[in-house]
Amino acid sequence: MKMNKLKINKTAKSNFITYGIVIAAFIIVQILVSAGQVSSLMKGLLVPLCTYAILAVSLNLVVGILGELSLGHAGFMCVGAFSSAFFSKCMVEVIPVAGVRFFLALLVGAAVAALFGILIGIPVLRLKGDYLAIVTLAFGEIIKNLINAFFIGKDSNGFHFSMKDAMSLNMEADGQVIVNGPQGITGTPNDSTFFIGILLLLLTLFIVLNLIHSRDGRAIMSIRDNRIAAESVGINITKYKMMAFTISAALAGVAGVLYAHNLATLSAQPKNFGYNMSIMILVYVVLGGIGRIRGSMIAAVILTLLPEMLRFLSDYRMLIYAVVLIVMMLFNWSPKALEWRERYSPKRLLKKKQEAKEGE
Amino acid sequence: MALLEVKNLGISFGGLRAVDSFNISIEKGQLYGLIGPNGAGKTTVFNLLTGVYKPNEGIVTLDGKNITGKKTIEINKEGVARTFQNIRLFKDMSVLDNVKVGLHNKHHYSTLEGILRLPRYRKVEKEMNEQAMELLDVFDLAGQADYLASNLPYGKQRKLEIARALATEPKLLLLDEPAAGMNPNETQELMDTIHFVRDKFDMTILLIEHDMKLVSGICEKLTVLNFGQVLAEGETGEVLNNPQVITAYLGE
Repeated sequence: MKMNKLKINKTAKSNFITYGIVIAAFIIVQILVSAGQVSSLMKGLLVPLCTYAILAVSLNLVVGILGELSLGHAGFMCVGAFSSAFFSKCMVEVIPVAGVRFFLALLVGAAVAALFGILIGIPVLRLKGDYLAIVTLAFGEIIKNLINAFFIGKDSNGFHFSMKDAMSLNMEADGQVIVNGPQGITGTPNDSTFFIGILLLLLTLFIVLNLIHSRDGRAIMSIRDNRIAAESVGINITKYKMMAFTISAALAGVAGVLYAHNLATLSAQPKNFGYNMSIMILVYVVLGGIGRIRGSMIAAVILTLLPEMLRFLSDYRMLIYAVVLIVMMLFNWSPKALEWRERYSPKRLLKKKQEAKEGE
Repeated sequence: MALLEVKNLGISFGGLRAVDSFNISIEKGQLYGLIGPNGAGKTTVFNLLTGVYKPNEGIVTLDGKNITGKKTIEINKEGVARTFQNIRLFKDMSVLDNVKVGLHNKHHYSTLEGILRLPRYRKVEKEMNEQAMELLDVFDLAGQADYLASNLPYGKQRKLEIARALATEPKLLLLDEPAAGMNPNETQELMDTIHFVRDKFDMTILLIEHDMKLVSGICEKLTVLNFGQVLAEGETGEVLNNPQVITAYLGE
């Protein structure tokens, strides 16, 4: 029974360290900002950093915990971003309090992304491995391209909708185009702040970490480890696959909300919502360690900051970036490196010191 | 009435008649063996009984209830649990968590209660831990509760698989070649474990096995399968001396 307690304490401790890292990072950044040590370029990166960290953590729920390769994560982010931006833009006069409006936008973004998670999950989760990856990739692209084709306007008669162009909305003179096809949504209230980003990252971590260490989390992991055995002990495969996929999509939606409310103009470009983005998120997850939540968060931050920090190298920037990717990969996955990390981990060195002391 | 009653079970894969008019009747508390040459259809019978395959014909009754053609998870809920020929553990999860997955349907709290760590989460998790540790204790695995399942030695992995199956509180336990890959000492230990499980949990056990020492040592009744058909059935001693069984399977 003692052993048992020890294990629970260990996960609690590990979770505590994860939250601690986030809070410490927030405090350090705040101190640096108030000391005037942070360039405006870096300040502009603070919210995106939180966005990418949330995306990485949420994708790890599907890739690392459920064990399915999804390449459509940017699609869910896109859905969350556009639905929430649409909501905020419509509500900007109705709800003047930014906090309330953002909170409601958050709910809208997460709910719509979750809905898409369910709708896409139903057909897609019947597939496995490479097939699942390719189909999710396709769905991600479909979402992005669909949004590029939407034109939605509002006038005194209510909402107008078209898939042709802004002219064919046939609005009254007082009409206002809200979603303008490829030009997206302009003038979303700028409600995201670094503080909100950190709060949302903590919320995401809280949800994912607590889910993993609960009854449902174990069921999800059992499917990853052995589907047939999971079924044989009565685990409902479809239910738990859908659960992981939907929660992951909702959290990607949250990242999208954060992203949308940080920009004056939101448009669905291949760069921000295309498969490049999905693959980038997957890179964070893989480099941070599949199934390791804290790792994905750290990898997302490092890999977002790195290109900016390497700006002074100009032409060699991407070369160094690639080298860092390879080194990170080795550091996290090569057996020798893992052995080395184990041997020189602070915990172990501390233990050794203690033992040596007791030996004396 | 028998706990498991199978009548005229059959399945074909394309042109291959894998199992044909298979009958078996197992009384509560019995230790029953299913033997036969490789490819005779033994594992297919297990897969039919647990809903991995749907039978083309026949009726399976468990404890008076028709479970023919139900899904694997439903059949598990009705009270059939199994182990696998090639061990199927949740290898990247701890030994304790493997058993807790087995306890999944016996203990409930909602997803939200789990995420928010509400009192019921703590209470139910505590119960699950206690119950899982009790089971691990029975199989002498309590000391390795927080090991990864894949780090256990082979013999213990087999035991963990049995513990996980028992966690679902089955009426009938199916063991698919539990002694495969074990040395004589481990086999002896396994025989004791199986006896112990039957007595302690008042379990009915059907097992597939090639190790004749184990079969003759613990099984009370046997069914011999050959080319998908029942070749012989009855008391262990009788069956093993049946000339047909000797020619087809045991050898002179």
